[in-house]
Amino acid sequence: MSTLLEAGNVCKVFGGLVAVNDVSFTVQAGQITALIGPNGAGKTTMLNMITGIFPPSSGWIRLDDKPIHRLPPHKISARGIARTFQNVELFTNMTVLENVMVGRHLRSRGNLFTAATRLGGANAEERKTANDAMTYLELVGLVDVACEEAGDLPFGRQRLLEIARALATEPSLLLLDEAAAGLSTREKKDLVELIFRIRASGVNIFLVDHDMDLVMDISDHVIVLDHGEKISEGTPGEVQHDEQVIAAYLGEEPVSEK
Amino acid sequence: MKTSFFTSTLLWMGVGLIVMAITPRFIHSNYWLLVLAFVAINAILAVGLNLLMGYAGQVSLGHAAFYGIGAYTTAILTTQHHVSPWLALPAGILLTCVIAYVVGVPCLRLHGHYLAMATLGFGWIVYIVLVQWDQVTLGTSGVENIPKLAIGWPEVLKEHYRMLTGFRWNAGPLVVFDNDVKRFYLTWVVAIVLLGVSANIVRSRVGRALRALHSSENAAATLGVDVSRYKTMVFVLSAGYAALAGSLYAHVVNFISPSVFGFIVSVGLVVMVVIGGMGSVWGAVVGAATITLLVEWLRDLGEVVPVFKEFDVIAHGLILILVMLFLPAGLTMGARELVLRWFRRRRPAPTPQPQPREVTRV
Repeated sequence: MSTLLEAGNVCKVFGGLVAVNDVSFTVQAGQITALIGPNGAGKTTMLNMITGIFPPSSGWIRLDDKPIHRLPPHKISARGIARTFQNVELFTNMTVLENVMVGRHLRSRGNLFTAATRLGGANAEERKTANDAMTYLELVGLVDVACEEAGDLPFGRQRLLEIARALATEPSLLLLDEAAAGLSTREKKDLVELIFRIRASGVNIFLVDHDMDLVMDISDHVIVLDHGEKISEGTPGEVQHDEQVIAAYLGEEPVSEK
Repeated sequence: MKTSFFTSTLLWMGVGLIVMAITPRFIHSNYWLLVLAFVAINAILAVGLNLLMGYAGQVSLGHAAFYGIGAYTTAILTTQHHVSPWLALPAGILLTCVIAYVVGVPCLRLHGHYLAMATLGFGWIVYIVLVQWDQVTLGTSGVENIPKLAIGWPEVLKEHYRMLTGFRWNAGPLVVFDNDVKRFYLTWVVAIVLLGVSANIVRSRVGRALRALHSSENAAATLGVDVSRYKTMVFVLSAGYAALAGSLYAHVVNFISPSVFGFIVSVGLVVMVVIGGMGSVWGAVVGAATITLLVEWLRDLGEVVPVFKEFDVIAHGLILILVMLFLPAGLTMGARELVLRWFRRRRPAPTPQPQPREVTRV
């Protein structure tokens, strides 16, 4: 088992607020890893640092033993990390297929000149990009709506589209931010099945969620954050019986779950 | 997906060229042909600004500055330094692109209103330079006698011919764009080519990246789009369109002064883009035509009823508000929407059917 992603002593401070405090963890290749914690625990902040939306205030993040925490997001994408967003961030001004075609950005060629003049096999490249994008829509089952506006899709399918778009970058690690939030029981079941299929295709998965049920069912390794700090880590079984985790979820303060 | 994008753009360009070719047969007024030449120049400006505003979502309230830099560069080079217009024109575009790059890199770090303010400030600065730097720009009196564009054998070729054969080659220019019909054709050929080029750009990897960063910069970046690079690129491209339009204006009108490139012109361009439809290449023509014709009409009206003098400033504001309120998608898309709604009201409720649509649209 090799280490894919490694975070060491990561801190993030916004003004006076410490959002993430001295968090270290590793993500092993071939596992489904989950980062859980109550609302406001710093999960999404962690994810934003991994994907380069903003850099950590201190600490480091490595992918395949190479530091990535000072890279801009598009370079991190090129290194093989893709993500979805908690509040679905689709390109609503584009069709479903075009959304996935943007995901092919680094896997296709073409510049302003070839675009303007359509020279150098630009049309063939365009068709290839569309066909490649179609295979990802097939994977998540959105072929029937390929030509519809992304914003017109029902919420559950928007989430699927985001996953397809992220997979189109051919990542080695896929980060799913609250992928199950707002989904029906049935949709959640389909999502779990999809996650297993994605892992079977060789993509490593890092889940970020506060939905304990989903995470416990499918994860190999769970990291628990609370108030920006790591309070527990281990297999789902270990974490579930950790008193600190129970306290964080049920304990001293009311936590608005789901 | 079988149909090639290329053929469809070429088709539209072909239709445009045919319409252009026969138009002077129906319009015998030189005045109207010149107005239509202005529509073409404004369409070039509008489609360039639309790439920046409508597709990439970056507002520029200083686009007349790039228009002016392009125009003044060719004007000064041709009148004061006797450079061939065919060299001065690309020189103007190049200089404008360099300035746009230098201005764009810091400005495009700003978002929304801040970017609008920064570009507005840039527009004012350029306007003031055009007025005040009178040793070079001749100030408010403007640059006169800018040569007409002409197509002929290059002087270099003639010189070589003389040296090789010993005979002088006395051929004059083949075509001089000296009357309104020729000016009309010149401006519209350039406009139609640029419209086609723009339509190609927006339906490509580059165009998708631009639309993506318009919608969500974070999502685009995490998919590998170098957001700041693409923003700078489209800003420079858009400035290049404006510079080309400026050069054309200088050679078509043969006279320029700073007032042609003032703040109100920048606002007019934004109104054209909004009327034509943000993110609609061919809509830019509709926007350009509407505003150009309206300004002409108001000027005529102002001659008769003096109240309407300088009314175009108010008209711009009024149109902007009305379009934003009632046709937010612009005149072309908005009209389409209205027609569809009218049909729907007349027919019984349509059964929802998945409509196979074009994969990518202009």
